[in-house]
Amino acid sequence: MQVETADMVKVFSRPQSLTAAKSTYCPGCHHGILTRIIGKTIDELGIAERTVCIAPVGCSVFAYNWYRCDAIQAAHGRASAVATGVKRADPNLIVFAYQGDGDFASIGTAESIHAANRGENITVIFVNNQVYGMTGGEMAPTSLVHQKTTTTPAGRDPAQVGYPIRFSEMIAQLDAPTYITRQALFDTRRILDTEEAIKKAFENQVNEKGYSLVEVLSTCPTNWRMSPIASNKHVADVVTEVFPLGDLVDRR
Amino acid sequence: MPRGTVRIDEERCKGCGLCIAACPQQVLGFSGELNHSGYNVVHMERPSACVGCAFCAMTCPDIAIEVYRQKVPAQS
Repeated sequence: MQVETADMVKVFSRPQSLTAAKSTYCPGCHHGILTRIIGKTIDELGIAERTVCIAPVGCSVFAYNWYRCDAIQAAHGRASAVATGVKRADPNLIVFAYQGDGDFASIGTAESIHAANRGENITVIFVNNQVYGMTGGEMAPTSLVHQKTTTTPAGRDPAQVGYPIRFSEMIAQLDAPTYITRQALFDTRRILDTEEAIKKAFENQVNEKGYSLVEVLSTCPTNWRMSPIASNKHVADVVTEVFPLGDLVDRR
Repeated sequence: MPRGTVRIDEERCKGCGLCIAACPQQVLGFSGELNHSGYNVVHMERPSACVGCAFCAMTCPDIAIEVYRQKVPAQS
């Protein structure tokens, strides 16, 4: 049943920078919220005509289908390197790399660190859900201690496979990055905080301020074997203890 | 007269229920009806309670919700 809306004002709708394509994400996955926030930011800054999305490998591999802008799908982990190339070839373009934790913090470690260390004028969105989602829920470098995954069925044992990497903190040691922050999407307040952070990260690039990284703690209800609502609670209660929220670097 | 209302794109809805939990007015609930993808889609259970805050739409990972508000009468 749909409600009559003739005498009402529309206050919330799909961002214009997004295509009409339906997402391929699982029910309750935070990737979709983040996609909407990026679309909204591109709308607000009026940069759709000159924005280039660098899609990663992972669940968000189809990111080029969601945005009404140009896109390149990079080899696994190399989105920050491809973004560097695009930005240096045409500095007028607004380039953002959208990468998961397996892509950004594991396979692409070298490219990710060195793009940050060079202070490339790009925006990187780093989606941290502590698991390899697309390939079936294997352990990621960001997986929590004792987290059960398909490759650590008894839980992540630090004696054997180490501790979760706090990648944003690592990059925050460097001199070049302009803005590094960690945000989450488990409730409306955090969604609004993330909207603000992503807008800042894009504005930095528009204003030629340099490298911006927004890490977003995200859920993976399917591979965590939790309901979407329990997943949100897990991020709020457990994940934020290991990955605290807030700005790490702000040199604007 | 409700102060707000939502339109839910039933074919986009994946029935995750995040909007139901996000609504401060307990407006939304599962309809029990399945869409073409087989998901139990969300509908308005108490439409008269909606204030048009858009928390549901902000939370929806599939951008399936549009939010409307009553026009505010011009101040005299």
